[in-house]
Amino acid sequence: MRIALAATCIADTLFPGAPRATVRLLERLGHDVVYPRSQACCGQMHINTGYVDEAVPVVRNHVQTFAPVADGEWDAVVIPSGSCTGSVRHQQAMVCRRAGLDDLAATADAVAAKTYELSELLVDVLGVTDVGAWFPHRVTYHPTCHSLRMLGVGERPLRLLRAVEDIDLVELPEAESCCGFGGTFALKNADTSAAMLADKTANVRGTGAEVLTAGDMSCLMHIGGGLSRERAGVGTLHLAEILASTRSEPTALPRARSGADSVEVAR
Amino acid sequence: MSTFLGIPGIRRRSDGATGGDAPDEPFGPVPHPDEPLRWGDAFPAAAKQTLRDDQLRANLGHATRTIRGKRAAVVGEVPDWEALRDAGSAVKEQVMADLPDLLARLEENVTARGGVVHWARDAAEANRIVTEIARAKQADEVVKVKSMATQEIGLNEHLADEGIAAIETDLAELIVQLADDMPSHILVPAIHRNRSEIRDIFRRRMGDAPEDLSDVPRELAMAARAHLRRKFLSAKVAVSGANFGVADTGTLAVVESEGNGRMCLTMPETLVTVMGIEKLVPTYDDLEVFLQLLPRSSTGERMNPYTSLWTGVTPGDGPQEFHLVLLDNGRTDVLADEVGRSALHCIRCSACLNVCPVYERVGGHAYGSVYPGPIGAILTPQLTASSGGLSGSDDVNSSLPYASTLCGACYDVCPVKIDIPSILVDLRAREVDADRSRSAVDPWRAAMKAASWVMSDGGRFGVAGRAATLGHALGGSDGVVSHAPPPASAWTRSRDLPAPPKQTFRQWMAEHEKDGGER
Ligand code: SF4
Repeated sequence: MRIALAATCIADTLFPGAPRATVRLLERLGHDVVYPRSQACCGQMHINTGYVDEAVPVVRNHVQTFAPVADGEWDAVVIPSGSCTGSVRHQQAMVCRRAGLDDLAATADAVAAKTYELSELLVDVLGVTDVGAWFPHRVTYHPTCHSLRMLGVGERPLRLLRAVEDIDLVELPEAESCCGFGGTFALKNADTSAAMLADKTANVRGTGAEVLTAGDMSCLMHIGGGLSRERAGVGTLHLAEILASTRSEPTALPRARSGADSVEVAR
Repeated sequence: MSTFLGIPGIRRRSDGATGGDAPDEPFGPVPHPDEPLRWGDAFPAAAKQTLRDDQLRANLGHATRTIRGKRAAVVGEVPDWEALRDAGSAVKEQVMADLPDLLARLEENVTARGGVVHWARDAAEANRIVTEIARAKQADEVVKVKSMATQEIGLNEHLADEGIAAIETDLAELIVQLADDMPSHILVPAIHRNRSEIRDIFRRRMGDAPEDLSDVPRELAMAARAHLRRKFLSAKVAVSGANFGVADTGTLAVVESEGNGRMCLTMPETLVTVMGIEKLVPTYDDLEVFLQLLPRSSTGERMNPYTSLWTGVTPGDGPQEFHLVLLDNGRTDVLADEVGRSALHCIRCSACLNVCPVYERVGGHAYGSVYPGPIGAILTPQLTASSGGLSGSDDVNSSLPYASTLCGACYDVCPVKIDIPSILVDLRAREVDADRSRSAVDPWRAAMKAASWVMSDGGRFGVAGRAATLGHALGGSDGVVSHAPPPASAWTRSRDLPAPPKQTFRQWMAEHEKDGGER
């Protein structure tokens, strides 16, 4: 298959490990990955903060960048993020229509119909759950809100993780409760966000996992930032980074600040 | 609906944070506001206050977790739950589409069966109508069934000003009333109170509470029961809300758990019901859907203990005078908006509050409205639109649509499938647009404009990403930033930020493509 990758703005600039792993994984499974260089962002941050006018050019750029998938140039678009996939599927056409851009909205719908979040692509489109990965560490999984509720990815990520050789997958208590990120919510309602985060990190620490994984780098940035501040000794990896890991090319454990590190006391 | 469920047994810390030691001091953390739909600080500041109360958080966490579990269990056993939700949503959509006709039909049928229908454009009109009826009956005391509509219009305070005492008869509502407090939940208004506080409130404020009253729930309930029994027997006028009004028959319905509603609806000679105009259902058969959806969603019961239905006046049985006050109070403004209108589908079950991770942490008072939680965040700004509720940043209610991470848990549980996250996003856009006409410099708008320019073009985005990698060194030896300048300081107060990587993905991919991929 020829698969176009939407890397997501946040991973492209801050967490390149996630899209790199997506490329490695899909190539290992025998697919061609294309990275259209005109891509930037899906527009979700602008939309969810209420700046819909400002979102229009961002959405237009995304839709035009990935429009070739609608004409069959690529077989699918993959996004290693539940919330960005959700925005493509449930928001972009709405934004176009609100701006009176009906043609663009139609293209957005056509692109969205062929856009998949990573676990959806693997399980539903490529039909694999065992991707041949090896990751001999204790891992816990946080189902991000948009992947869980907006997309309904359900058990897919867990099925993929369970098939990883030598993984010690432990259940996260109260896994389905939101970590408190919510995009600009973390800034606009910083105190409430921090209270939610504290409960999430306590649950993560309680699992004794070395690694917290999820399908969204944004939520991982949030929870990981909390774990790091608490020097919890738990690192974060995107789902793709675990699935890309093999015996011959293992993904290294992420650097995790722990109590053994020096200086500063958490909060 | 009403219930005793969820009153926490944990003792609040005794540092006086909740007040109430002197007999005249109000117990309530929130004194009665002038506007029941707009009080206190904007949400972030109000939440900051309530978040400091660790005990409140523990109480709420415990109570909401209990209700969540019960709801999930009884919903899980209904095989056609999703079909029921679809049906509920479809009926409500039809109601909104036909509202004028249905209201006329309701009026006709209530009148034909001996009731009197009044129309109230706003809170002031509704309050005046109820006061006039009570006055005409020479009542200086009325008993009340728990009702959000009368909370919304501040009826009790208005009646008090007119020299008429309104007695709340729902247990949790009574607690809130005796404490001079405001409700913090639409089903369990005293959810922020624990047992020992309730005992103190009863002892000091109920007048006829036993001297040696303990904080055992059964004893508390018995004390309230004895107190209320006297009121039921003496009251000439009752005031209620309504869960449903059937247009085809003129039947009104109240759904409750304690039986106090049944007392109020049957014993006094005169009954006044204040109902929001959106509470209609077209036919009697439609109740079948909602009477399954409501109890399971709200109290986690298969069926609520009391469902009272009445149609006009029945000679010799129950109240011999019945008044129905149909309340607009901003609802037609909500109806006019294509996206926001489905907020009117709400049947006030409170499931969205109980699953909301924000509500669970901050509690109901942080929302500054009698409607807290997710439904409050979409309803309050819309109901107050005519007085500036959607006019942008200078109204406190404009902070409400942002009081959510958009996690979607509310939408998942809502029995009538209100897409609360989408409405929140739409209201945010309306707030931002309302602010556009202002000349004042808005740092958010400036940042969003700049980000839009960068993020709408792959070339510009690539340049920005490359520039960011220059910040790699900011991370120090362990690659994290712990203290950032504002506005990022809001982030780094409780979270580290990773330093930018040495190489963006775009840069890596260019090299990777040059190497011809891995194969
Ligand atoms: S919005 Fe839905 S879940 Fe929330 S109270 Fe109303 S009916 Fe219940």
